[in-house]
Amino acid sequence: MSIAVDRREPPRVSGGAGENGHLEELRVDPIALLTRVRAECGDVGVFRLAERDVVLLTGSGANEIFFRAPEEILDQAEAYPFMTPVFGEGVVFDAPPERRREMLHNQALRDKFMRGHAATIAAEVERMVAGWDDQGEIDLLDWFAELTIYTSSACLIGKRFRDELDKRFAELYHDLEQGTDAIAYVDPYAPIESFRRRDAARRGLVSLVEGIMERRTAAPPAADDDRDLLDVLMSISDEDGSPRFSADLITGMFISMMFAGHHTTSGTAAWTLIELLRHPAQLDAVDGELDELGAHGVEVSYQALREMPRLESAIKEALRLHPPLILLLRVAKEDLDVEGFTIRAGQMVGASPSVSNRIAEDFPDADAFVPERYASPREEDRSNPWTWIPFGAGRHRCVGAAFAMMQLKAIFSVLLPQWEFELAQPSDTYRNDHSKMVVQLQQPCVVRYRRKPGPVPHASATGPR
Amino acid sequence: MRVSVDLDLCQGHGVCESEAPTVFQLAKNATVTILVESPAEQLRAEVETAVRYCPTSALRIDDEEE
Repeated sequence: MSIAVDRREPPRVSGGAGENGHLEELRVDPIALLTRVRAECGDVGVFRLAERDVVLLTGSGANEIFFRAPEEILDQAEAYPFMTPVFGEGVVFDAPPERRREMLHNQALRDKFMRGHAATIAAEVERMVAGWDDQGEIDLLDWFAELTIYTSSACLIGKRFRDELDKRFAELYHDLEQGTDAIAYVDPYAPIESFRRRDAARRGLVSLVEGIMERRTAAPPAADDDRDLLDVLMSISDEDGSPRFSADLITGMFISMMFAGHHTTSGTAAWTLIELLRHPAQLDAVDGELDELGAHGVEVSYQALREMPRLESAIKEALRLHPPLILLLRVAKEDLDVEGFTIRAGQMVGASPSVSNRIAEDFPDADAFVPERYASPREEDRSNPWTWIPFGAGRHRCVGAAFAMMQLKAIFSVLLPQWEFELAQPSDTYRNDHSKMVVQLQQPCVVRYRRKPGPVPHASATGPR
Repeated sequence: MRVSVDLDLCQGHGVCESEAPTVFQLAKNATVTILVESPAEQLRAEVETAVRYCPTSALRIDDEEE
């Protein structure tokens, strides 16, 4: 960054003549809009979202400024108004970096807990496939969304809480995620169907959690070791002895803890499977790697999970091509200069994983699924730290990235050795639904499964806790 | 070799501390502290593992001129 003498306004992208600027286009085809900004304007370009300008930054240099900027310059807290009705008043969407570090230390995302989480996740996958016949069909969105409700609640809140959940929780949670229409930039409480369903879903979740809390009050955990996060929160009281946290607030905290890791992991699991089925040679390579590990009796535990380059590369490539978050946003708190252009205080500033992850100079054959790009010496994720950004980068980089990778590897370590999969629709009908800020697979997205013959020497799902 | 950390990137995951506890230390709720800036050559393998598996790529090794 330098102090520009000649302050220039960044160029504006075409279109967006309507009352709400580019809002309608963002609700229909956001990736086309974001791609056009870079094509027409370069690294720094502006589109309009209702009342506000959004300065979209792409490319390594501009992204680095975006991701390194401290909170006082680029603020995240007020950039996502569509999240407040999801979490509820009084539950913050994002925390400053210092608080994020505390969360890392307190909330079970640390390195030393990963091995136990891997075993928990593997057990949850086994529990779900236990209900499968020898062959059948699953809808990828429904199936992975339900699975990741169980894994994230088991790992982040606790096994006791997870055991009280069923499909209803996943369905309500899905309605919440669908209630993230960008129309929230005009009015987060606009009278539209998806917002009505969102609010009803939140009330439904609060009442489920209330029921769980009542049962716990009636039958407290026997031993301290059995206590999960809900027990801990329920045990905290104010000075007058009344409980500190209401069911509404606790539900909001749980929704927010699970939110970042839910639709993201669920979608990535689905896309990894779709891409592997579209590329049979890659699937064979991953199967071979898993067989090799299984043949040596390696458990699905953290140590083993680290050493799966073929599977890890496939996941990374699914993430690059289909990043779960397509637009990251901040609000400029003071004027700043990016590549000679001035961003004004009050403007929104965006970075786009969808656009940056496909910059052809950084990722040769950028639209193709090429897991080999992560092998040494190319290592295109490491060599492009500011444009390989499925997890963001810098201060606000996803704190759950390592957990997510471990989780995805654990899921496929259990699924692939035991089951064969096959696309049940034409390949090009698997696509994302971009009508909401939370991107999800468009339904139908069905695949067929079939049990692999014979005893399978797969990695044990029951590692030490 | 010299080890350095980019504190804009460190989020305190603690992978480095697990891998090379004599070189990296994490206080509670903090970013990493490098205990030994120029670790002995016999620590190279574990320091390289720590750098490689840092979840935020915040660590680097620079080899000094002999």
